[in-house]
Amino acid sequence: MTGLNRHGIWAIYKFEMARTMRTFWQSIATPVITTSLYFIVFGGAIGSRIDTIGDVNYGSFLVPGLIMLSLLTQSIANASIGIYFPKFTGTVFELLSAPISALEMVIGFVGAAATKSVVIGLIILVTSALFVPLRIDHPLAMIAFLLLTSITFSMFGFIIGIWAKGFEQLNIVPALLVTPLTFLGGAFYSVDMLPQPWRTVSLFNPVVYLVSGFRWSFFGQGDVSIGLSLGVTAAFLVLCLGLIVAIFRTGYRLKN
Amino acid sequence: MQSILSLSQVSKTYDSGHKALDHVDLEIGRGEIFALLGPNGAGKTTLISIICGIVTPSTGTILVDGHDAIRQPREARSRIGLVPQELSVDMFETVMATVRFSRGLFGRAPNQAVLDQVLKDLSLWDKRNAKIMELSGGMKRRVLIAKALAHEPDILFLDEPTAGVDVSLRRDMWKLIGKLRERGVTIILTTHYIEEAEEMADRVGVINKGQLLLVEEKNALMQKLGKREMDLSLVEPLGAVPPELAEWQLTLVDEGHRLRYTFDAQAERTGIPSLLRKLSDLGITFKDLDTSKSSLEDIFVDLVERRESSNEGAAA
Repeated sequence: MTGLNRHGIWAIYKFEMARTMRTFWQSIATPVITTSLYFIVFGGAIGSRIDTIGDVNYGSFLVPGLIMLSLLTQSIANASIGIYFPKFTGTVFELLSAPISALEMVIGFVGAAATKSVVIGLIILVTSALFVPLRIDHPLAMIAFLLLTSITFSMFGFIIGIWAKGFEQLNIVPALLVTPLTFLGGAFYSVDMLPQPWRTVSLFNPVVYLVSGFRWSFFGQGDVSIGLSLGVTAAFLVLCLGLIVAIFRTGYRLKN
Repeated sequence: MQSILSLSQVSKTYDSGHKALDHVDLEIGRGEIFALLGPNGAGKTTLISIICGIVTPSTGTILVDGHDAIRQPREARSRIGLVPQELSVDMFETVMATVRFSRGLFGRAPNQAVLDQVLKDLSLWDKRNAKIMELSGGMKRRVLIAKALAHEPDILFLDEPTAGVDVSLRRDMWKLIGKLRERGVTIILTTHYIEEAEEMADRVGVINKGQLLLVEEKNALMQKLGKREMDLSLVEPLGAVPPELAEWQLTLVDEGHRLRYTFDAQAERTGIPSLLRKLSDLGITFKDLDTSKSSLEDIFVDLVERRESSNEGAAA
């Protein structure tokens, strides 16, 4: 056998999707309910006093940020448990002994996790259309950001899953790092609304670039330029990929 | 012997400093059944894990059918199936789904007929749509074997295949191994049940403390190292071994009812005819005579103990 182990990639992808389908309703229901709550609290209760940001109504302004929030948390959660669970149960022996390269394994695991995130992102988009008027100025860019973010953060989750030695470690990075970065990443406000020096500090938060770029694809306006947004997202993707290659090369926390 | 697996100077020292394998050389012939014997912690699982790519060796090279296991992992690993010692299975999957997953993971195109046959061979056919969590321990073991066979490997590793397994499954397992051998599959198993090695293996390797102490044809090994015993059931019990019989170093067992003579089966003169003559001279009569070979287990314990005591001697 030479070339790509496509049967292996497909086997992992199907296995992971089957895992998602087993918990289909809770996988879908949770983000839909959470998003609806955000719309009621931030969009309805608070948003009614904010009016518009730029020329966008606050409720609509929230949509890209909320989708981004779900994409990040779902991608990380899904991919990290996907690789952590085989380590926990011991079935990882089969993955390690299989004729499958690091890249192929990542395509399988990350592909499945990203697929789920994209589906959830689209479901939230549809749900939010029930609450607020929506327009998407740049649908292609919107899809590109959706894919890029899901893939990148699924890879990040994959790394966390390999690094984690227990269930509590699995949650520590999302809780201590990702959630704060997301809340401070302009999901609920425009960075311009922050006083200095926080506006400058925000520019070191990678999530700002994700949210800004994604929001641009909806309304044609963002906190930073679209090129910079894409650049930062792509750079994070390359960084995650590099880390994963290093992990498999050294066998870090996978092999003795 | 055309070798399908070749290890040279394989060593493994874990990060903890524990030296699990110490310069192991081993050649496995195509189609043979090889049993690796050793006490717990001897390095059996480490050796298997290294060949299968789960543990990285500290030094040494491994060739699987001519492919370097480190530099050409894809070629090497696609030829190997591994049944691990632990019952590590995906609880929520069905039997058929998990076997299909394994075949795909190892890069083989789907082939339902092969999977069906594997499940039938392992008496799993009736359970093919059952979730693995619903199966008994023995059934889970069968599932692991089915997964390892799903991609039709040339070499099958069985790490302690019958540990904690009931008699019927053990018989089934032996039958299956016989069938696989007819198909030309090379089988390497680790065990500490000596009877398993005795029953199935062509060759036996003994490993202890990371060192491969010996590799030998099973029959030759048993002959070479085997001691034989002859028991004579006496008509009249004896209180002590008569001094005239001192040169045979006999022992009395069963409260003097039986006289035991231990001899080397390979020796040119076993001493049996002269012993029997002497007994009749002394008027000691017996009603029955029984000889037995020492088992592989006796040989094994003997070998490991001898090696340990000689090491202590060298250290002192």
